[in-house]
Amino acid sequence: MEIVLVGLNHRTAPVEMRERVAFSAEQARQAAGELRGRGILLETVVLSTCNRSELYGVPPAAAPDCAREMEDFLACFHQLAPATLDGCLYRQHNLDAVRHLYRVAAGLDSQLLGEAEILGQVREAYRVAFDHGLTGPVLNRMFQGALEVGKRVRAKTEIGARPMSVAFAGVKLAEHIFGDFRRHTALILGAGAVGEQVVEHMRGRGIARLLVANRSRARAEELARRFDGEVVDWEALPQALAQPDIVVASVSGEKILTREMIERAMAARENRALFLMDLGVPRNVEPAAASLRNVYLYNIDHLSEVVEQNRKAREREIPRVEGIIEEHLGKFTSWRDSAHAAALRDELRARLEEARAAFLSERMDAMAQLGEEERAALARQADELLRRILQDSGEHPRDTRELQRRLERLAALRELFRLHREKP
Amino acid sequence: MRTYLGLATLVLYAASLAFYIRYLYVNKRLLGRAATACLLAGVVLHYAALLARSRLVHAVPYQDLYGSMSLFAWLLAFIYLVLETYHRQRAVGPFVLPFVIVLFAVAHFVPSVPPPAAPARGTEFALHVTLNILAYAGFALSFVLSLIYLLQDRLLRGRKLGPVFWRYPALEVLERMSRSSVVIGMASLAVGIVFGFIWAHRIQGRYWNGDAKEITTLAVFALYSGYLWLGRKTAWRGARASWLCALNFLLVVFSYTVVNLYLSRYHRYF
Repeated sequence: MEIVLVGLNHRTAPVEMRERVAFSAEQARQAAGELRGRGILLETVVLSTCNRSELYGVPPAAAPDCAREMEDFLACFHQLAPATLDGCLYRQHNLDAVRHLYRVAAGLDSQLLGEAEILGQVREAYRVAFDHGLTGPVLNRMFQGALEVGKRVRAKTEIGARPMSVAFAGVKLAEHIFGDFRRHTALILGAGAVGEQVVEHMRGRGIARLLVANRSRARAEELARRFDGEVVDWEALPQALAQPDIVVASVSGEKILTREMIERAMAARENRALFLMDLGVPRNVEPAAASLRNVYLYNIDHLSEVVEQNRKAREREIPRVEGIIEEHLGKFTSWRDSAHAAALRDELRARLEEARAAFLSERMDAMAQLGEEERAALARQADELLRRILQDSGEHPRDTRELQRRLERLAALRELFRLHREKP
Repeated sequence: MRTYLGLATLVLYAASLAFYIRYLYVNKRLLGRAATACLLAGVVLHYAALLARSRLVHAVPYQDLYGSMSLFAWLLAFIYLVLETYHRQRAVGPFVLPFVIVLFAVAHFVPSVPPPAAPARGTEFALHVTLNILAYAGFALSFVLSLIYLLQDRLLRGRKLGPVFWRYPALEVLERMSRSSVVIGMASLAVGIVFGFIWAHRIQGRYWNGDAKEITTLAVFALYSGYLWLGRKTAWRGARASWLCALNFLLVVFSYTVVNLYLSRYHRYF
């Protein structure tokens, strides 16, 4: 049994190329169905995310250039000339293909090292293929292994532990000051892409109140509706500053919060801790405010620095992740070997039984003098002989070395009995 | 018996500390559990050692430095274990365990004289001593928590977040934990003092003897009340309150060492 992987990802292809060969869930199902229908593959899963499009498959026994056919199919399915994809595609076979999938599931292959989303995408791709009966024993085993790797890696290592985006880093820092957000208030000044991510994270973590302020009242109201927050008058900002514990500022082009304003706000809020996330460039908060007691000020550079530290911390976890992957590859290999052995054994048994049946019927015809009972006894003895020949291979191997020996012996048997001969 | 149990306890505490420290760097749940399990086993063995000791002297073992410090270490480990379970925070362990270990080791390995036969003393006296040592343990824990608060605050302000930063509890959680251990300490100190006065009255006919220990203990009580009160006030909130809490503990240490050994007339080891 062979496993073939053909695909492209963010390392081998630019985004313009990746988006041309991306599959929607429906397309993925359809493509997998066609790959099987045309006899290119016996089992198949199509994995498509924003960073990769990959076809995993098990080809039929006699398929000399299956990878080529898969590549052509990929281009053809997306109505591209096959040459378009030249240089973008990679191919992996057997254990390398399995390793690749395990690395993908572990987040090692992601653009954002260790991100968690990919595991869900792998699970979904597998579920779609499985539900439509497009997988078989090999890909089932392989994808279940990948999901296990993904889960274990995230539970046992720090690869996905620390925030890797500026927005999430800011929210985690706030969490390290306030514990949880359920009794706290945040104020959003202006709105940028990062600011919105911050709001989403805080909403997800159950922030009690969201205040929104914007120079344009209409814009503030629109944002408040979207975030499910309350509008604060831009002019009343100095007074309103007494309420929030977290301020997210991303107003373009000006300094909005002076040290003096914050000092007054701190007095009004009885010096309870205040976390200022200044996402604006140029900065929205006067840097001198950082020296006020119980004020924690992080601007965009500070947050990026935190992200950079975290990225390094994640990179230090790679060897441990790879250790887990190798361990699971070992499991997959021994499963594959024993499946292989079982297949050979079944084949051998079928051949021997065939030979026995032919032999018996031939001899029985020649020995017309035998009665029913004697015939049955003869058949039983032939059965016994068969059982003894096959007994050895019927037991479970104790370890991989033992298994290896068995496989070699089976291969010799196959040779001996010419099992690879075309069946009628 | 004492040596055997003592050594086993020490080994368990040391193993627990090692697991706690490792847990800080390698976030494996199993390591954290191993740390807690070792600590729990240490606390149980430590209790057995204390029990053996108290059988020997027929009283709560506070007759000598060994008993008093050992009891202190045990109560500290015990309160910490309760707090860890309650707040589900293991990150404080590496800072608490060294205190437990040092106290226990010193208590255990000081050259020991055979404990004097305990004079007949009543339940009030035993409660007085035990509750006051519990109070010290509570204060010691709040000291450690305040130090962690100050460390975290410094890391956050300096924006140099090491790998360990992310594992510590949030500032507000540390503050709450510290306040709750101070509250435990003050409550048991208050009840302990009352028992002390009752006992003094029974023995000497007076509630107040003007002893140095009585004065320092009241000062400790006043300072921690001050911490609880000021910690809610505008000017003192946050890092400053933690400084106050940490510094208050110095007076506790002073009371436990200098006052006991040199200044007090009849407080010896507690």
